[in-house]
Amino acid sequence: MQATAIKQVLRSTFGVLDPPLMAIALALLAYALVVVISATADFPSRLNQHFANLAVALGAMLVVARVPPQRLMTLALPAYLVGLALLVGVAVAGDVSKGARRWLNLGFMRIQPSEMMKIAVPLMLAWYFHKHEAVLRARDFLVAGLILLLPVALIAKQPDLGTAILVLAAGVFVIFFAGLSYKLIMPVLLAAALGVGALVYYGDHLCADGVAWPGIKEYQKHRVCTLLDPSTDPLGKGFHIIQSTIAVGSGGIMGKGWMKGTQTHLEFIPERHTDFIFAVMAEEFGLAGAILLVLLYLALIARGLMIAAQATMQFSRLLAGSISMIYFTYAFVNLGMVSGILPVVGVPLPFVSYGGTALVTLCIGLGILMSIRKHRRLAPD
Amino acid sequence: MSAAEFRAPEQEIQRFRARLVLAVALAVLMFGAVMVRLVWLQVLQHDYYRTRAEDNRISLAPIVPNRGLILDRNGLVLARNFSAYTLEITPSKVADLESTIDDLSGLIEIQPRDRKRFRKLLDESKNFESLPIRTRLSDEEVARFVAQRFRFPGVEVKARLFRQYPYGELASHLLGYIGRINDRDLDNIEEKGLEDKYQGSIYFGKAGLEQRYEFDLHGQTGFEEVEVSAGGRAVRVLSRTPPVPGNNLHLTVDLKLQQVAEQAFGNRRGAVVAIEPSTGGVLALVSKPTFDPNLFVDGIDPQHWDAYNNSPDHPLVNRALNAAYPPGSTFKPFMALGALTIGKRTPAQSISDPGFFEFGGHTFRDDKKGGHGSVDMYRSIVASCDTYYYRLASDMGIDAIASFMGQFGLGARTGVDIDGESIGILPSPEWKRKRFRRPEQQKWYAGETISIGIGQGYNAYTPIQLASAVATLANDGVRFRPHLVSYLENVTTGERRPIEPQPIARLALKQDNIDVIKHAMVGVNKEGTAMRAFLGAEYVSAGKTGTAQLFSLKGADYKEGHVKERLRDHALFIAFAPADKPKIALAVLVENGGFGAQAAAPIARQVFDYWLLGKLPQGAAAEDNDASDSN
Repeated sequence: MQATAIKQVLRSTFGVLDPPLMAIALALLAYALVVVISATADFPSRLNQHFANLAVALGAMLVVARVPPQRLMTLALPAYLVGLALLVGVAVAGDVSKGARRWLNLGFMRIQPSEMMKIAVPLMLAWYFHKHEAVLRARDFLVAGLILLLPVALIAKQPDLGTAILVLAAGVFVIFFAGLSYKLIMPVLLAAALGVGALVYYGDHLCADGVAWPGIKEYQKHRVCTLLDPSTDPLGKGFHIIQSTIAVGSGGIMGKGWMKGTQTHLEFIPERHTDFIFAVMAEEFGLAGAILLVLLYLALIARGLMIAAQATMQFSRLLAGSISMIYFTYAFVNLGMVSGILPVVGVPLPFVSYGGTALVTLCIGLGILMSIRKHRRLAPD
Repeated sequence: MSAAEFRAPEQEIQRFRARLVLAVALAVLMFGAVMVRLVWLQVLQHDYYRTRAEDNRISLAPIVPNRGLILDRNGLVLARNFSAYTLEITPSKVADLESTIDDLSGLIEIQPRDRKRFRKLLDESKNFESLPIRTRLSDEEVARFVAQRFRFPGVEVKARLFRQYPYGELASHLLGYIGRINDRDLDNIEEKGLEDKYQGSIYFGKAGLEQRYEFDLHGQTGFEEVEVSAGGRAVRVLSRTPPVPGNNLHLTVDLKLQQVAEQAFGNRRGAVVAIEPSTGGVLALVSKPTFDPNLFVDGIDPQHWDAYNNSPDHPLVNRALNAAYPPGSTFKPFMALGALTIGKRTPAQSISDPGFFEFGGHTFRDDKKGGHGSVDMYRSIVASCDTYYYRLASDMGIDAIASFMGQFGLGARTGVDIDGESIGILPSPEWKRKRFRRPEQQKWYAGETISIGIGQGYNAYTPIQLASAVATLANDGVRFRPHLVSYLENVTTGERRPIEPQPIARLALKQDNIDVIKHAMVGVNKEGTAMRAFLGAEYVSAGKTGTAQLFSLKGADYKEGHVKERLRDHALFIAFAPADKPKIALAVLVENGGFGAQAAAPIARQVFDYWLLGKLPQGAAAEDNDASDSN
């Protein structure tokens, strides 16, 4: 009697989970835990906090996984509008910390509205395209573009380039999956490629003092320029890149061994438990550890995209596809930054970096994917 | 509906799935780029980055050795080391020095004096060394700074060994001092090939024994291979080569005696050199006024520097070694010994002194009007009769005088173990030829020999030369090199390296002749010019007073009250005691002290009383104003 009751409770709680996705996520989190232990060795209280963060994030995932996509759809517009309103609030009355206006003080708590937009924006766009599924006009893409660019612009203005890029990427993937014409995609890609090429080729000239880049803040220009030539600022911004590159390179193929990274434990890697945690991993577990990580990410993305492919609703398809590609964007921007091929923008390594907010957001994404997977048959066609 | 295209769900899903495949391709491609980069860093460039990581991690820290102590003959420590915290700035790492120092002064008291000294050090140093802005921080100040250190890149607190001279101004001229290494010192180190010994050292002996025995006192720098964190904090020691501490310097000098001699001067200027005749060991080496060597250790502040440099008393000049004075009548016992040695006089041979001596139409006066009457050798010394020596000088001739005096080391460096000794002047025709340019100046005139006989004229000797000469006389003609260091002690093994008292010369003198002179010098202290200074002494001493004329008062009466203090004659006194078995020989010079008996002999009395009887004097030696017959 009792056994069946317990079984029922367990089923209703964990039955919503997608076993392959869950297995991949748990493997990733376990691997991350090993690295976090090493990265927080000098600050043991952070490890306890990490466990707390994990509990909260996985709890959020379980809750979200039980919410059917139809319910999520009804939340899309309100979530987006609230998020937008809060972003405006930040711009008008936000708290300034480290030179950026990112936080809104609600009196009882401080929130960072840009974080919720990482989910709210793709949710909103997926809902929008779902609504206009039957007849999709060019005008709809224009509206979608506006829906996307409004919060992105507000976030970039804080300034929080990292989050702005992630929100932008999330939206762009929804629009891409919704079927934006290649005729529009190609020129943009080409222009971007040319821009990056020019920067690398003419870097010395463009990075000279006094050359202002239109629409780019001085510190952002500095980050890009430091990437092109870290030695210009070995003790300042370049220190991050130089030291993380040394950590990665000195790791070799098999790494120096767990807890044995000298760059890590002698504090040469800045932000080693957050944005630069990949340097810790690469130093201690080498190329082998990095390959393992990338394979886990690819598996996660592949499973997510598979869920998208099998989803029955346009909303679910777009949302699942976008969330999977957010994971990719997160991972790529962070790995590129730490290994020195992208500028330093504050993007944590998904599921690995210490930090509660990002972990919760990422796990809510997992919950959404699972919900889409479980409720695919229930969707009305 | 016209502009909108109708979309078939099946076709739409196929297109969506195609785009998913594209997305996967994008992910694989981009991750591939990252992997290529990682292979480049971790496989192809691995050796380079591994070296960089090791360089990051390991730092070679020099360990500065303990500088040897300087101790007096009884083991009193004259120079020692103590560890203290300093606040140091590395100028090359600081963007705006002034504002950094301003900010620091909010945490730690920084006087205008400290700033000036820092400026001075900055001018003299290279940018990459760290320079002290404040020394001897209290624990509280260290704690206050450490809590705020993140605000001050390029500023750090360092624990350093400091040199300290616990007795301050006492014996400062013989000890000298250390200061920060400068370019000249570095050249010196390089020339000797000792760069390795000096890695990380910042001090170098600049004067006195600290300078002369620099390479014995310094020791050898050790090394520690330390694992350091990014913040420069040492995490653990990987290997260690211990430093070799410097040797301790044990002196022949007796600090108490030195103190007695210095105090005997009061505020007067001058010098005392006291030597143990049987070894040449220097018992006291005084030059007044003195200075505080502690001020020099970390760069003297401009205020003190100016005060020392601009003082008319020249406290930084070591008068015992670097100032030459006419010996005055202290020259006479040596003249008399010379006359006996070359057979120009016998002890009993008398002259009649009318109070003057005429030579070449020039009258040389005795300071006693009407003369001393009939004067033999004994009387000539006891009463200090000038006429006797005018005639003797004329009889001996300048060449014989110069060659005899040269044997006692007059007019030559004694070789004492402090650098920068002056030569002085032993006058001779040869000296004049070298000294002057124009032919008429180069010629030696016979009249010039006359005043040489009473220690005036071109005669000029340093107090240590006089002390060494009288010690040689006291030691019956066996001459030692004066030295201040008795032995060097290896701190680790306890092994001692003595400075052997080897005689450098045995003068060809007859003991009978020496005894005649000694006897006369005993007479000086018993019944002669220094009688009053040695009244009631419980030992038999021998001495000779002298007065070095600064002012040529040709034919005129010398009334000291009429001459300004700075123009008064220098008072001199040479002596040894006990007369039969001398334990101490000395030369005393009091600048502008007037007659030797008046100013210099009482100082010698206090020194002897302490050395022979252990009697400590009360205050400075009183000037004997009644001593009048005392040239």
